[in-house]
Amino acid sequence: MNALYTARARKDRIIRVLCISAAAFGLTWLALILGTLFWNGFAGLNLSVFTELTPPPGSKTGGLANAIAGSVLMTIIGVGIGAPLGLFAGTYLAEYGRHEKLSFYVRFINDILLSAPSIVIGLFVYGAVVVPMGGFSAFAGSLALAVIVVPVVVRTTEDMLLLVPNQLREAASALGLPRSLVIKQVAYKAARTGIITGILLATARVAGETAPLLFTALSNQFWNLDLTKTMANLPVTINNFVQSPYEYWRQLAWTGALLITLAVLALNVVARLLAAERKSK
Amino acid sequence: MTHLAAERGAAQAKPFDRARALAAFKLGDATFYWLTRLSALTVLLILGGIILSLIVGAWPAIKAFGLDFLVTRRWAPNLEPSPVLGALGPIYGTLVTSLIAMLIAVPVGIGIAVFLTEFCPPALRRPVGVAIELLAGIPSIIYGMWGFFVLAPFMTDRVMPVLIAIFEPIPVLNVIFAGPPSYLSLFNASVVLAIMILPFITAISRDVFQTVPPMLKESAYGLGCTTWEVVKNVVIPFTRAGVIGGIMLALGRALGETMAVTFIIGNSFKITGSIFAPGTTISAAIASEFAEASGLHMSALILLGLLLFVLTFIVLAAARLMLARLEAQAGK
Repeated sequence: MNALYTARARKDRIIRVLCISAAAFGLTWLALILGTLFWNGFAGLNLSVFTELTPPPGSKTGGLANAIAGSVLMTIIGVGIGAPLGLFAGTYLAEYGRHEKLSFYVRFINDILLSAPSIVIGLFVYGAVVVPMGGFSAFAGSLALAVIVVPVVVRTTEDMLLLVPNQLREAASALGLPRSLVIKQVAYKAARTGIITGILLATARVAGETAPLLFTALSNQFWNLDLTKTMANLPVTINNFVQSPYEYWRQLAWTGALLITLAVLALNVVARLLAAERKSK
Repeated sequence: MTHLAAERGAAQAKPFDRARALAAFKLGDATFYWLTRLSALTVLLILGGIILSLIVGAWPAIKAFGLDFLVTRRWAPNLEPSPVLGALGPIYGTLVTSLIAMLIAVPVGIGIAVFLTEFCPPALRRPVGVAIELLAGIPSIIYGMWGFFVLAPFMTDRVMPVLIAIFEPIPVLNVIFAGPPSYLSLFNASVVLAIMILPFITAISRDVFQTVPPMLKESAYGLGCTTWEVVKNVVIPFTRAGVIGGIMLALGRALGETMAVTFIIGNSFKITGSIFAPGTTISAAIASEFAEASGLHMSALILLGLLLFVLTFIVLAAARLMLARLEAQAGK
């Protein structure tokens, strides 16, 4: 009997050690990545990064101003198109068609689009927008980002609206409010922070997307805010600079990567704080 | 001002028109209903658009190569008179890198999830959990560039020579782990991929483990089970469908990941059998060659994209069905 106990206790200890080492192993890698990123990124961070254009080959000066502006602009347009679409689609799933067959299919397809490879979405927008329009454009890039935003917002909007108690809706209906106003005035208000959290997370998701932009917005070295032409953006600029032979370009790539990561982390943290606030209410 | 006053006067003059207000409500209702319904249909349209646009783009390649595309090893886009293009190399690379990445990331990820839910001191639980979730949100290009600058040199100079020396005398394994070490290799890409999906697997497994009712676990502890026995006999059987669903979601991500692997895989279409040799994946091939491609070459790349989409669609659909089963079970 005693031998059995010690064997069981020993096994438990071994697994415990294995799990702790798994945690240590995993967290070490992740800490290493962040450590290198911050170390190399901050080394090149200065004012000229924000004020100067991306440098031509061989140049020892230059910044990322046009890439930052392009990224911000394309992300805003992408979210601006994708978020309302996702919001309304999520509303339909949660409010009108909760038990419909159509909603079942939309939900299933949406979940698949949620994790579909972003490179395929880039190819889709290339075939559907870039080829018919006759050239790469920032608008096509924004559309590709919008396609990535939609499923994220659909999912969170539906989940958040489902959390709104039905009594609230019934009370509003009993006062004679028509259905659309019940949704807009009552359900949206009750689910507001959750929905905003979802949109912020979707923004964080597309802020660093690279693969779809390779086939849609491309990149360039000029200051351009014309949506019908190619536009510089951080992810593609990083992609081009990483594989270059110039030391200065690589340095800028690290700095750009740091900026993206900081932006993504900031969006995530704000989304989390909002979610925490909702829970505490 | 006068305008406002006039309006107020008009409103006062007219009695409240019930029929008109109701009509306005009705119109607003119908508009909003159709707005949301059409948006929901857009989701289906996006899927249809993806499939249609890929098939249209890939059509010349489908016509030229047919099913041979899947089994041809050669990738010669500039061959005269007509290019020979086969997907076997990228398909092989995609499967091998995903397999190795899963072999590394699944045990470690589940291990961390068990650590977080069972062994972790409560004070550490939240910070570590939040850190993992934040890391799951970092864009993949960051992982890719770190792999290119930091991991690849380390693996190639320190780890690979050791592995090659260990497996040298063993048949079969000495082919899989054959030298020479290369900065650009399937193995390096797999490790980066593993590190990238690790937070993802951990976060999902932890969420799934937390759905186990505390009562079940406490009953097992009450019977005298050790923590490991509770995990093995209660937690894992209870959450099996969810864990497998989560693993398949991660697999779907690994199969389609582009930026984490493109820099360090080498974009070589040869199949050597060694994981230390350069290779390519479907997504890396598309990302590296798209800019210079045209005609049949371009069409073949889009066909590769279509293959990737079909592959991930199957994996993701299976994953969703398993997760839905867990939800139904939790709802009971």
